[in-house]
Amino acid sequence: MLTFKDISYTYHTSNGETTAVKDLSFTVQDGQFVSVIGPSGCGKTTILSLAAGILTPSSGEIEYGGGEFGYMLQRDALFSWRTVEQNIFLPLEVKKRNTPEMRERAIALAEKYGLKDFLKKSPNQLSGGMRQRVALIRTLAAEPDVLLLDEPFSALDYQTRLEVCDDVQGIIKSEKKTALLITHDISEAIALADKVVVLSARPAHVVAEHEIDFGDGSPKKRRECGNFAATFEVLRKELGI
Amino acid sequence: MKNKPNYSREHIAYLKKQRNKKIIVIVSRVLLLVFILGIWELCAQLKVIDPFITSSPSRVIKTIGELYTNGTLFFHIGITLAETIAGFIIAVALGYAVAVVLWASDTVHKVLEPYIVVLNSLPKIALGPLIIIWIGTGYDAIIFMTVLVSIIVCIMNMLTGFLAVDKTKLLLMKAMGANKATTLRKLVIPASLPVLINTLKVAVGLAWIGSIMGEYIVSKAGLGYLIVYGGQVFKLDLVMTATFILCILAGGMYGIVSLIEKKVNKTR
Repeated sequence: MLTFKDISYTYHTSNGETTAVKDLSFTVQDGQFVSVIGPSGCGKTTILSLAAGILTPSSGEIEYGGGEFGYMLQRDALFSWRTVEQNIFLPLEVKKRNTPEMRERAIALAEKYGLKDFLKKSPNQLSGGMRQRVALIRTLAAEPDVLLLDEPFSALDYQTRLEVCDDVQGIIKSEKKTALLITHDISEAIALADKVVVLSARPAHVVAEHEIDFGDGSPKKRRECGNFAATFEVLRKELGI
Repeated sequence: MKNKPNYSREHIAYLKKQRNKKIIVIVSRVLLLVFILGIWELCAQLKVIDPFITSSPSRVIKTIGELYTNGTLFFHIGITLAETIAGFIIAVALGYAVAVVLWASDTVHKVLEPYIVVLNSLPKIALGPLIIIWIGTGYDAIIFMTVLVSIIVCIMNMLTGFLAVDKTKLLLMKAMGANKATTLRKLVIPASLPVLINTLKVAVGLAWIGSIMGEYIVSKAGLGYLIVYGGQVFKLDLVMTATFILCILAGGMYGIVSLIEKKVNKTR
């Protein structure tokens, strides 16, 4: 479980200070997929950096039950000088857990999700969607307990995006991971999550929370549901657009 | 993709055109050289120009032959080559190391920045007398000069390369909990490999400038020495010959770096 309790964060630069997040509170249950949406520039990425411990909150408390984080970024950030396989091993090397057993598990994971024929290839030979899938497997290779997803689909074209969206959510659900997704895309937030947290403009605080339980859990089915459009409208109004 | 056997006729014609163009370029290059050397030789033979002052290709070849028979050809080449390569390697290695330190510490970078800028714009030959007094007139003085001429550019080039590493990738490393040393080893060094190759290319040229300049100031042997000596005793054949050999050596060294570059690019 991951809980934000009255979190505030202020950036300091020589030009002044900016409060990105103010009195922010929400909870992510174990195994839950939570989307956080907000207007652009509202400090969404700050929230992930706070959760991952890259930034320390100015005030408030983050309660965390323990376990490791895996971070998935806007762009896949695959290393072109490494093969797909070596890219997947990167977190193992960095975290000094590069044992044959861990490598085997990572490979098994990659094969399970259709990367078997690509392992020895360069990421440059892969499509955008495939690259993002490799990025997810790389994140999962270190066996994190909570996934932090920072608009992982925003660099993809619309069609690929729908595909990868399904893809990634499917993998995260079947691996039973807890996930916190940051996005500015309302439909993405609804389609993927068990719960949507709506943020205000900067300084960000929680405007509303919605449990989403229609559809069968797959993003594709959920987009087809009647409730989808209604929920979209509600969120749109809450975001003030 | 590269070895598709069933090309259309149009594509075969296109490939042929490309190849012909390549052949024309190479042939033209050779012809241009032959043409220049030919005109030079012809003018010298017909006394349009005075070969005592301008030398001529045949005299250059004769001089090479003489240097070879009295056994000093490879002696001079060897000395200059050794000085250049030693200076080149030291400059690149040391420059790389300094760049790593500057990358690792923003404060050290900021503190040293003005010094590097001033050292970069300082004409290194101004330090000639100091070098002679401090280090003497041996080969080490020339190697020192070579290092001095090339190292600052190595530092600045590499540092720019290190700092240009993709921010997303840096964030990724940070999110994985990587420290500076790990980030350097796993990300920054491999990511900046093309910059290193580029630096090698620039450093090759500068190393030659440094070694020849050094030989102008202090040497008793080497190609730079031959050029200075030839000028002093008005043996222009010797000057031209040494210059000619320098062209070949510098071109060869650049060629080796280009080969390394091609190899590196293939693995990426």
